[in-house]
Amino acid sequence: MDAVEITMTEEERQTLECVYERPGTLTDMRFHYCPGCGHSVVHRVLMEVVDELGIQEQTIGVAPVGCSVFAYHYLNIDMQEAAHGRASAVATAVKRIHPDRYVFSYQGDGDLAAIGTAETIHTANRGENILVVFINNAIYGMTGGQMAPTTLLGMKTSTSPAGRTVETAGFPLKITDMVAMLPGVAYATRQSVHTPNAVRQLKKALTKSFQYQKEKKGLCFVEVVSNCPSGWKMTPVEANHWLVEHMFPVYPPGDLKVPQ
Amino acid sequence: MDDVRLMKGNEALAEASIRAGCQAYFGYPITPQSEILEYLTAEARQRGMIVLQAESEVAAINMVYGGAGAGARVMTTSSSPGISLMQEGLSYIAAAELPCLVVNVNRGGPGLGTIQPSQGDYFQAVKGGGHGDYHLIVLAPSSVQEMADFVFDAFDLADKYRNPAMILADGALGQMMEKVEFRQYDPAGHIPPKPWATTGKPASRERNIITSLHIQPEKMEEINLRLQEKYRVIREQEVRFEELDTEDADIVIVAYGLVARIAHRASQLARDEGIKAGVLRPITLFPFPTLPIRALAERVDGILVVEMNAGQMVEDVRLSVEGRTPVGFYGRMGGVIPSPEEVVDALKKLIAQKQPRHAEAY
Repeated sequence: MDAVEITMTEEERQTLECVYERPGTLTDMRFHYCPGCGHSVVHRVLMEVVDELGIQEQTIGVAPVGCSVFAYHYLNIDMQEAAHGRASAVATAVKRIHPDRYVFSYQGDGDLAAIGTAETIHTANRGENILVVFINNAIYGMTGGQMAPTTLLGMKTSTSPAGRTVETAGFPLKITDMVAMLPGVAYATRQSVHTPNAVRQLKKALTKSFQYQKEKKGLCFVEVVSNCPSGWKMTPVEANHWLVEHMFPVYPPGDLKVPQ
Repeated sequence: MDDVRLMKGNEALAEASIRAGCQAYFGYPITPQSEILEYLTAEARQRGMIVLQAESEVAAINMVYGGAGAGARVMTTSSSPGISLMQEGLSYIAAAELPCLVVNVNRGGPGLGTIQPSQGDYFQAVKGGGHGDYHLIVLAPSSVQEMADFVFDAFDLADKYRNPAMILADGALGQMMEKVEFRQYDPAGHIPPKPWATTGKPASRERNIITSLHIQPEKMEEINLRLQEKYRVIREQEVRFEELDTEDADIVIVAYGLVARIAHRASQLARDEGIKAGVLRPITLFPFPTLPIRALAERVDGILVVEMNAGQMVEDVRLSVEGRTPVGFYGRMGGVIPSPEEVVDALKKLIAQKQPRHAEAY
């Protein structure tokens, strides 16, 4: 659809009430993500929360290796780019140095649940007062659609062309369930961004996470069951339907753990 | 005097790190340097230092990245296998130009090897170690006193050049006890402001990004050229070395660290037998004392390189000498420390061989 140009005078413009705008916590750069990808929605929601809580000056983020490796191009806050899998170790140190700051890592499934499993588990077990945002789209997006630890059984990827089998690749790793077991974790929840309502729920979860971080309750772990239309070889709409049909039975949305 | 103590090298290094204003230490136990983690853990609370025992050396070095990027003076220590695990992180730290201190109390390898002293990690320390074109600033102590002194110097150099610095010691230096005197040092007067650090972005400045990712080849080359220019300045300005009895020497031993002390004893024994020997001790291994060694090569009859490895620094000595004088090598491996007598024998062999230039003496 072509963009529609609306012309109005400055006077007319001033009579309008602003109901929706780009938060100042995002830069002016346009997202590079594929059409329909969940990343840009999660980036936006995360930064809306930072904006609404008024904590832009106190928030430091850590970006992973993966499709969101360039997250720092878009998030208008101080950020560090971590080595593959090590975002939670980097975030641990940032938080220890600046305990009065809000610190989060933003990681995909390959980064967090394969190469970075040890860092993920031990950061959670130490109860670091950080937020871990975990984007689970069951595939390695950036490297071209290879099998991830969270890839579903039977799911076809470039390294499981006949579908993932237990015999060769084991089971989909439910790392949020593992993390939720650890006493250092205050809050573990599984959300998604496939509908406006789901986006609103995610926003609530992220807001709560920053609140818990302020109260030093322990690690907050927010999984977002997301999609990868390019890697899944589907249209964005098909991908979101497929997500509900196939991802949710294995990764059901909802809270796994809430603070006592 | 209060500040003179009898300490293990590892303990002296740990104590110096607190006095140098190191704000955070991230480490993982490994022999022969676990005393550093133990000492700092015991001292941390009352002296205001963050000490975190990480789940692995991989996590530890990435915590160093995060802490340095957050603007703190930070360090880690380990021994050979652990340092190998840190190489990826060190490459990122060098690329992101983060100041920090990494200590390698070198043990014998390859593989799990032994816990005894070695200099087998010379190549890894001075040639980069991880992927890509980068260098650490490498200091090689030869006494417990220098295990302490070089902590202050390494931190200051790291901050001066926004570059990781390494202290390359060995298992004997870490474990042996000697007198150590701590220098007067006020961190506030040494640690520079770090306006580039991720501390939380105030409205008054642009956001700070710590990254080593530059996907455009031209941009990445520009970063590389800037790093290379930095290394050129370091080579020009930061070379440190020591010459012992070289004024009238006919033959010179080049050795670093603990081996330099053995070499000096050997040169004294040789002089007792009428051989005019001296020692050149590189103190910085990167930058390497190329020009001082070249100057010596112009006037001596030969240079013997002694190391606790199969012959690593000898390559840099040969590159410095460029055929001006014969260069011999004597080394022990696997945790064996050469004796002064063995080194004297190697000196005599080098003299007796009257070998053509470039030839090797093993």
